[in-house]
Amino acid sequence: MKRVLSTSVSVGVATGLYGISFGALAAVTGLDLLSIMLLSLLMFSGGSQFAFIGVIAAGGAPVSAITSAWLLGVRNGFYAIRLNSVLAPRGLLKLISAQLSIDESNGVSAAQEDLKSQRVGFWATGIAVFVFWNLATLLGALAGDFLGSAETWGLDAAAAAAFLGLVWPRLKGNKVLALSASVVAVVGSLFLPAGVPVLLTVLLALIPRRSN
Amino acid sequence: MTLTVILASLAVFSWKILGYLIPQRWITTGIRLFSERVTVVLMAALVAVQTFVSENQVEFDARVPALGVAAILFALRVPYILVVILAAAVAAGFRLLGF
Repeated sequence: MKRVLSTSVSVGVATGLYGISFGALAAVTGLDLLSIMLLSLLMFSGGSQFAFIGVIAAGGAPVSAITSAWLLGVRNGFYAIRLNSVLAPRGLLKLISAQLSIDESNGVSAAQEDLKSQRVGFWATGIAVFVFWNLATLLGALAGDFLGSAETWGLDAAAAAAFLGLVWPRLKGNKVLALSASVVAVVGSLFLPAGVPVLLTVLLALIPRRSN
Repeated sequence: MTLTVILASLAVFSWKILGYLIPQRWITTGIRLFSERVTVVLMAALVAVQTFVSENQVEFDARVPALGVAAILFALRVPYILVVILAAAVAAGFRLLGF
């Protein structure tokens, strides 16, 4: 259990590193501090948030920004289906767990063996990421210009490594699936708008596993 | 802008809550296995895009050696946060050297 909690906090800190670049980028885009913070507090889904400010930065209409964020949020719905059977939350807890259902919380949860660790993994990671992500967004929004670009600090690579660490325990028996998804996402990125190629890989998950 | 942000946040939340509102009896073993596999494919796709893609182009830059180092360290069971920080350091180092 201690190991689960330490992973959760680590994931929270790692995500926070990336949250700084979100806050900084949003500020450069010209969003006011309230809007930037509402994105991290209410939307609370990295991919959707980056897509939202990306559309706004490109001069897109509000409805395009909303649609992009919405479409990119669909993977949280898949996580939620999994998490609902793990957590079976009721009442207010259902709303809170829904808000915390993101890549990182589901990733840590799915990496655990027993049900109790899966639950602890979800809640600890969800709360840690929420706290660090929002603090980091604030820091990035206020000090973005001072810190320079996220790339200089290798934060883009940190995000890649963070996701690799989440999928790592699940690669056993799923290597072909994971590799196919990587190829589809990268090749798709040559033709499709950002975010779509990643979603496209959901189709790969529909192919039933060969029993051998 | 604030209103746009709130509407977009509600739109994103609609997916999150939907997964919890589907009745458990509809969730068959097949769907459960599917949602496990979705976790794997989405995570793997995120790693790949985050490492090799820059604005609709494939690019091999400082992120690639950083991910390579991360993979080796994860295989050696180095603690998560250490791996993430070292991956950032490798990428930052390569960029400092002009890659």
